[in-house]
Amino acid sequence: MKYLKNFYKYRNLMYEIVRKNIKLQYRDSVLGIFWTFLQPFLTTVVLVFIFGNVFGTSNSGVVNYPIYLLCGRLLYEFYTQSTKRAMRSVRNSASVIKKVYVPKYIYPLSNVVSTFVTFCISLLVLVCFIVFFCVIGKNPPHITPYMLFAPIPILILLLLGIGVGLILCTLDVFFKDIDYLYEVFCLLLFYMTPIVYKIEALKLNSRPFKLVLMANPMYSITEMFRCCVLYGKMFNMHHLMYSLGFAFVTIIIGLILFYRKQDKFILHI
Amino acid sequence: MSKPAIVVENMSMMFNLNNEKIDNLKEYFIKLVSHKLHYTEFWALRDINLTVEKGDRVGILGFNGAGKSTLLKVIAGVLKPTEGSVKVNGVIAPMLELGAGFDMNYSGKENIYLYGATMGYSRKFIESKFDEIVEFSELKDFINVPVKNYSSGMRARLGFAIASAVQPEVLILDEVLSVGDAKFRKKSEAKITSMFDRGITVLFVSHSVDQVLSICNKAIILDHGRIIASGSAEEICAEYEDMITGGKK
Repeated sequence: MKYLKNFYKYRNLMYEIVRKNIKLQYRDSVLGIFWTFLQPFLTTVVLVFIFGNVFGTSNSGVVNYPIYLLCGRLLYEFYTQSTKRAMRSVRNSASVIKKVYVPKYIYPLSNVVSTFVTFCISLLVLVCFIVFFCVIGKNPPHITPYMLFAPIPILILLLLGIGVGLILCTLDVFFKDIDYLYEVFCLLLFYMTPIVYKIEALKLNSRPFKLVLMANPMYSITEMFRCCVLYGKMFNMHHLMYSLGFAFVTIIIGLILFYRKQDKFILHI
Repeated sequence: MSKPAIVVENMSMMFNLNNEKIDNLKEYFIKLVSHKLHYTEFWALRDINLTVEKGDRVGILGFNGAGKSTLLKVIAGVLKPTEGSVKVNGVIAPMLELGAGFDMNYSGKENIYLYGATMGYSRKFIESKFDEIVEFSELKDFINVPVKNYSSGMRARLGFAIASAVQPEVLILDEVLSVGDAKFRKKSEAKITSMFDRGITVLFVSHSVDQVLSICNKAIILDHGRIIASGSAEEICAEYEDMITGGKK
């Protein structure tokens, strides 16, 4: 109750920081906010060219490879951007935290939320892709009512991002090494998640390795999202339970860690 | 009788002084394994008891390193005391360092809203104060310029204008009146004096005895983390001047 009241008082700060992050991100660039569409579009074109043509091996049996790839890439980009920003948020706001009392969780939280807003805008690229393939009629994705379920995996990813963001920003205050380690982890995650390939198409002999790939919550979330927008069917309930559970556990760990350590932040930043 | 504005009870603040700051994993583990993680305890504040009634203007005097800024930070809620408790009744506006909440790439106008939000005010409230802030800071022509292009005096003026416009109940001033030119300093002193009439509570840190005398009605002296004297501003200022000259002899 006390926490809710405090959050209510500072909701405006959160709004201002989200606003600031979005406004400043593209300030001074000629195309401005247009980059939110252009960047995922261009990177997808590059990835489709490389993995669809140059190494076009493990994506056979994909209904529509460009859309398949774009789905994975958008979610992956949102996850890594939001967690990376949240990770650095407390350090970057050191000047404020040292001088004024503000609830500190506002910083990681608002950074995840501002990335979420730009992510939602970038989803328009996906809409454009779907419309484009429907118009030219080549491998069109299935337009079904299941598309309405697409926000579910996105919200789970948002929860996961907040949880991981809280954990990372707490660690980052004490050990700056996390910055570099996480960078490597994100690269690993890119290849561990079926973004450019299809997990079924991999010729994997080692069962433990396959289990590791399946245990990745990003896999469940991406797969659910693709079911909604690309395959036009209901997603697997196991994916839903697993990723939702994973996200909740992460958030709880993140909150506990953050609340136990937040009074020490000021001594280290 | 109304509740006192600030109650500090048996408050102590301890810092761990390790010889070097450890902020990477490798060093931490090496030290952990080789049992070289010692800390020296340093009590920046010890057993502070302080009650400030509503409407009091308390000057805090003391030499460098006496714990003045730490005390203000604890009262502002930035630091959590190691022992004891601090209670503040009312809205607090900390002016520990003017413009600390500014974003350098943001324009002056946008920073007014951001800074207001940092202090917990709504956008609507700041909007109603906007003209007053701009006018007081004398930055009308520069309000759409990014703050990174401001001079430090301009930044301080904007910071002071925002913090004083929101009509706080408790105002914390940490040597902020030493910035800006003489004209602005006079103006801000006048502004603070005008706030006294509304019964604002002020905590004021300064090295200038004259400023303390002109602003405060009460004062305390901190030395090595303890309050060694408290009383009316005149008495304490006289004692502090004795300390200064005494130290010189």
